[in-house]
Amino acid sequence: MKAVVTVIGVDKAGIIARISTKLYEKGVNILDITQTIMGDIFTMIMLVDVKTKETSFSELVTEMKALGEEIGVEVTVTREEIYKSMHRI
Amino acid sequence: MLDTYEILETIKMIKKENLDIRTITMGISLVDCSSESVKKTCENIYNKITKYAKDLVKTGEDIEKEYGIPIINKRISVTPISLLTPVNKKEDYVEYAKTLDKAANDLGVNFIGGYSALVQKGYTDKEKMFIDSIPMALSVTSRLCSSVNIGSTKAGINMDAVYHVGKAIKECAELTKDNNAMACAKFVVFCNAVEDNPFMAGAFHGVSEGECVINVGVSGPGVVKCEIEKYPDADFLALAEIIKKTAFKITRVGQMVAKEAAKRLNVPFGIVDLSLAPTPAVGDSVAHILEQMGLEKCGTHGTTAALALLNDAVKKGGVMASSSVGGLSGAFIPVSEDAGMIDAAKCGALSLSKLEAMTCVCSVGLDMIAVPGDTSAETISAIIADEAAIGMINQKTTAVRIIPAPGTKKGDMVKFGGLLGEAPVMEVLPFSAEKFVKRGGRIPAPIHSLKN
Repeated sequence: MKAVVTVIGVDKAGIIARISTKLYEKGVNILDITQTIMGDIFTMIMLVDVKTKETSFSELVTEMKALGEEIGVEVTVTREEIYKSMHRI
Repeated sequence: MLDTYEILETIKMIKKENLDIRTITMGISLVDCSSESVKKTCENIYNKITKYAKDLVKTGEDIEKEYGIPIINKRISVTPISLLTPVNKKEDYVEYAKTLDKAANDLGVNFIGGYSALVQKGYTDKEKMFIDSIPMALSVTSRLCSSVNIGSTKAGINMDAVYHVGKAIKECAELTKDNNAMACAKFVVFCNAVEDNPFMAGAFHGVSEGECVINVGVSGPGVVKCEIEKYPDADFLALAEIIKKTAFKITRVGQMVAKEAAKRLNVPFGIVDLSLAPTPAVGDSVAHILEQMGLEKCGTHGTTAALALLNDAVKKGGVMASSSVGGLSGAFIPVSEDAGMIDAAKCGALSLSKLEAMTCVCSVGLDMIAVPGDTSAETISAIIADEAAIGMINQKTTAVRIIPAPGTKKGDMVKFGGLLGEAPVMEVLPFSAEKFVKRGGRIPAPIHSLKN
């Protein structure tokens, strides 16, 4: 299933490395990334492919959130449908 | 690829502006649960509810986690219990109430609704017994909600039942006086009740509904307020457009969650209720939307117009977002559950009579209103009759959920806690309506009920 990972927080070294390493460890394939710095705020959005056979989705949500707290940024992982259904007809 | 702006907007709505799904409510028909004995009927009720809803809470939690959208309540509504048999005395109904409460407790749902009767035209001896049982039923249960429909545009207003429920409300208050008259917060009196409402305390699974169905109620007053905030100088047409667009987005999420929940539970999707339902949390208030439009305090002159615009725009925006809209669908104005309403009532801007006027243009009615403990059953009945008349004539749903908390007087606060919040005790007029209420009989249906 496709999911969206968002990472928002104060910019520092290693955010992308640590997030993408974790995703790799969980067997998650990154399909697309956009990343900008707005002011001091680091904003990254990733579209990823989660193979639920290998990873339970809720486990991934919990672990990514915990990693975010460790790094000091806010990480969300949600299925992409919520964005599509809200904004696209 | 998804648009960055859209993703960030959605996240902001959820994290900062309190966008949530207020409730996933599973409606379950209990029509086939009646049997030869009360004990057997109770067994049937328990077994059926726990069978159909066994995965309801888990499914809600899973969806919440996967889609990142909070789902505040998981609830159940059932066929109006007054229709169940056998019943020989009011205590039999209380047994059914206890069974429903036990099922709700065991499943972990927040509320179970449907301890209800529909008596808009007349009522049977059994239904009289049922109304007599409500105070006892609500005082011995914790998650049960009750409602009685006493009027409709088609049938008129059953004034005997109005007086009867007025007395029942007083009894509810008395029986739970040590708990801030909590039973009154779980009992609502309707005119033109809808059969697919997912919101408590008035949810029940109508007799024309199917075996089992999933209805979803959305929320999001905070999102609407934040959008309006961005356009302080917009004129009314522009304002309506902003609200419509926001309501569309909110409802789309509700629709997605409803469909997903229905699919996972293998139950048909019923409706999405487009209501703006406030909570006592800061930033989740309908009153603050009205104030954002330019009113100094909710309840001042102009409030009814502002609410009319809001309510209509919410419906227009939401209706295209969902394949099936139902329930109450509009803006809710429960006083105790809305931080802005509480403030407005405390400072004297919002009165009972203004609230009554506001109910003409929004969904539901006088909701979660505390009145002095010495308010008579007759006065409460008269307040219900007024509200029912608005519903009957305007062909809309109106409701009264009123709390005459024993021992309180004007200006006191009645605290319920949680989503029910706290209500300032509001003034009622000291002049009697006793003679009017005691006339008895039925106020006939209005001329526009004759449509055939």
